[in-house]
Amino acid sequence: MTQWSGYFGLILQGALVTIELTLMGSVLALIMAFLAGLGRLSRFFVLRALATAYIEFFRGTSIFVQLFWAYFVLPFIGISLTPLQAGVLALGLNVGAYAAEVVRGAIQSIGREQYEACTALNLGRWHGMRHVILPQALLVMLPTFGNNAIELLKATAVVSLISLADLTFQAQVVRSQTGNTMVPFATILVIYFALALIISWGVRSLERRMARGLDGVRI
Amino acid sequence: MTAPIIKIDGISKSFGTFKVLDGLSMQVMPREKLALIGPSGSGKTTILRILMTLERIDSGHIQIDGEQLYHMERNGQLLTADERHLARMRQKIGMVFQLFNLFPHKSVIDNVTLAPILTKGMPRAAAEKRAMELLDMVGMADKAKSMPAQLSGGQKQRVAIARALALQPKIMLFDEVTSALDPELVEEVLNVLWRLCSETDMTMLLVTHEMGFAHDFADRVLFFDRGKIVEEGKPDEIFRHPKQERTQGFLKKIIAAGHRV
Repeated sequence: MTQWSGYFGLILQGALVTIELTLMGSVLALIMAFLAGLGRLSRFFVLRALATAYIEFFRGTSIFVQLFWAYFVLPFIGISLTPLQAGVLALGLNVGAYAAEVVRGAIQSIGREQYEACTALNLGRWHGMRHVILPQALLVMLPTFGNNAIELLKATAVVSLISLADLTFQAQVVRSQTGNTMVPFATILVIYFALALIISWGVRSLERRMARGLDGVRI
Repeated sequence: MTAPIIKIDGISKSFGTFKVLDGLSMQVMPREKLALIGPSGSGKTTILRILMTLERIDSGHIQIDGEQLYHMERNGQLLTADERHLARMRQKIGMVFQLFNLFPHKSVIDNVTLAPILTKGMPRAAAEKRAMELLDMVGMADKAKSMPAQLSGGQKQRVAIARALALQPKIMLFDEVTSALDPELVEEVLNVLWRLCSETDMTMLLVTHEMGFAHDFADRVLFFDRGKIVEEGKPDEIFRHPKQERTQGFLKKIIAAGHRV
């Protein structure tokens, strides 16, 4: 009879690493999303070009290859990252590229009349963006940001390939030590799903809170 | 003789191949109340949008309060105005839109205080005190904490007027401010315009289809067609004894549509 309790402890440790990666990756993704999303809407060609290059590159190449670059290739140019740092970097940059398009689309979805009201009130580009456009656009972004965060959570599984002890890595460990495939993989399947549910629920409640009083703008 | 507060000199504006304004010139005196009437597409709204810097002109010059709007003088040369110049000029002008354009995520009072706090650096308490006075004037003080979505069209428009007034412009532009309202809500907005007309010395330009109101409100009426002023004069002259055929035709249509003149 296998001593499952010890192995479950191992998997829980993996879950913590996965959560940590998801949180840190999401923060980086969010920062990149706003930088690149706003960059694409900039008046300045250089900023637009940089933002577009970033988005196209990180959307157009595999997260798997990006992670290997971060962990195995960067050391050749003198940048050595821990597996966690490499994981956060690859995940954040990859998902940030997708989310940047969400930021851009949401900002562009705000009607012209809101921009015109900003001009008529002499708010200026920055004040108008910060106080009028972004607060409304944020509500449009949220549901898709929820999707992006769940994508990021699921993508964390690739870090097991650079020997970071996340959920998937620990499941492999348990499998090789016990010879049982069904139990560890069923367990992590449930845990991934539960974490995704928490993200969905969190984003939905945030959406409800932000939409308060805004009837007619979003359900 | 006082100088005009708005001096428009030969401006043209096209949207694609459609020429909206064609070498238009006009002047507005300080404190003057002007009604701009005419068929849709005649360019009257475009003039307001150009004065608010929402549309650029293709050629010509505009002076506001003695200063160039779209140009600035540098070392004796007239250059295209930069954003800083435009921002300074915009302080003199306020605009109220047909569709109110309130900020849906901000309460009524926050809609009114946002610009004074951000652009004039007004302390919040002072801005709110002033906002409450303005909301009181438009009869919306009791809705200060409401969100725009909770208001009727007429109420939204009155808030929008208070919001524009909060910046204390010298010139106020009203772009068909009652056109989007249900008929029974038109009067409450017109009443506010009346108060502004009689109690302030702002220069007011009103684009409207409310001919009865234009008649009572305006010092001077301009009839526009195809980007040009076809006829202008005192309300009585324009509404009772229009000289131009096009003015007569337009007014006939408006009356047939049930508007009081």
